[in-house]
Amino acid sequence: MTRSVPVRVHRDLARAITAIENGYASFGDTLATLPARENGKASFVVGVTGPPGAGKSTLVDRLIEKFRAGGETVAVIAVDPSSPFTHGAVLGDRVRMQRHSGDTGVFIRSMASRESGGGLAPTTHDATALAAHAGFDVILVETVGVGQVELEIVAVADVVAVVTVPALGDSVQTIKAGLTEIADLFVVNMADRPGASRTALDLKHMVRESGRDVAVLQTIASEGTGIDDVMVALTAARASESSNAGRAVRFEVVRNIRDAAVRRALAVLDAPRGRSVLERLRAGELTRLEAREELLVYALAEVINAD
Amino acid sequence: MPIKVLVAKPGLDGHDRGAKIVARALRDAGMEVVYTGLHQTPEMIVTAAVQEDVDVIGVSILSGAHMTVFPRIMKLLEERGVDDICVIGGGVIQENDVPKLKVLGVREIFDADATTQNLIDGIERVVAEFGRARKRTGAATPAS
Repeated sequence: MTRSVPVRVHRDLARAITAIENGYASFGDTLATLPARENGKASFVVGVTGPPGAGKSTLVDRLIEKFRAGGETVAVIAVDPSSPFTHGAVLGDRVRMQRHSGDTGVFIRSMASRESGGGLAPTTHDATALAAHAGFDVILVETVGVGQVELEIVAVADVVAVVTVPALGDSVQTIKAGLTEIADLFVVNMADRPGASRTALDLKHMVRESGRDVAVLQTIASEGTGIDDVMVALTAARASESSNAGRAVRFEVVRNIRDAAVRRALAVLDAPRGRSVLERLRAGELTRLEAREELLVYALAEVINAD
Repeated sequence: MPIKVLVAKPGLDGHDRGAKIVARALRDAGMEVVYTGLHQTPEMIVTAAVQEDVDVIGVSILSGAHMTVFPRIMKLLEERGVDDICVIGGGVIQENDVPKLKVLGVREIFDADATTQNLIDGIERVVAEFGRARKRTGAATPAS
């Protein structure tokens, strides 16, 4: 039987995500507003990342279809970029997934990236945890269109699929650091376009040389071609012991350090000594580098005092 | 926090240039705008609004079906236990239908002459007056 999730849980989960997104309530308090999952199973979290327009949302739409056919409930958290100027955002990932709208086994939530620069929103991690708590079997987390260094998805997902398209560059691109290092699976989408085999081959060479066991698959997501192969790879990754555990912990720690450092540095800026640094910088008494070092010293002193 | 708006395009309207212009203008006004594409049923609109937990549903309708679409949306929201999402509308809507829609609970109707600035001001006013900030007092309420 194809499982579904009560509509009331959809509403409560949606409200819980808003509460943490907007800081109305702590994660712990929010968790208490949701019924605990019944089957005791852990959710399987799949990250889908890659450059803008590569077909991430269309691939997610196809994966929803496959996981539902297997009787599992699916939550999608899809992140789109916020304007750094107005803080506004257009969240358009649902457009590709609307055919699942009438299926109560599917929950789709868009999030604006807000002030985060890692390809996710600051609270995507928490939203994913809430969806897991609400009992969704599979959670698909789609990042904003990323470049090479927005890698925060690693801290959230059990398995990361990097979606790319043909002819974004030559084989040198495949040996650069960053995005290519976090893939548990490469998907070369739009494989009917020229250069697809070349792109796949470059990636396969890179994978072989790095000694990692990462599948490189070709899909035409808009037509549903190659999706079964993606499912086979995801199922295999799900069955194996999570290779991602170590990376995820490290990323989570780094993220927490950075968040805390930024928060405290900003607090220093609002304090008298921070304002004095800014004034001396403006007056030309300090160089930018000196100002930064002085502010860091104050911020770290705050950390030490606070802990 | 940014106001979150669902820009909804129900029924048979054949293009969404206007809806996209509205989405862009609201974005530039600092709002988070969910856009779901053409040919949405009231069920799809309400499902998206609930899952996205938007502050406002903005329905753009030019086909003349507003006296069927709005009552259905209001009824579905009620059925799903949602009373803190504001519904507004715009497009080609006869003047004498406006009071009937307001009785249903539609908070504001914008006619075809409304500028994007009118929309932005209207949404901010509706949220200030009827929005959830007034209904949700700073914390999520535990499930009963």
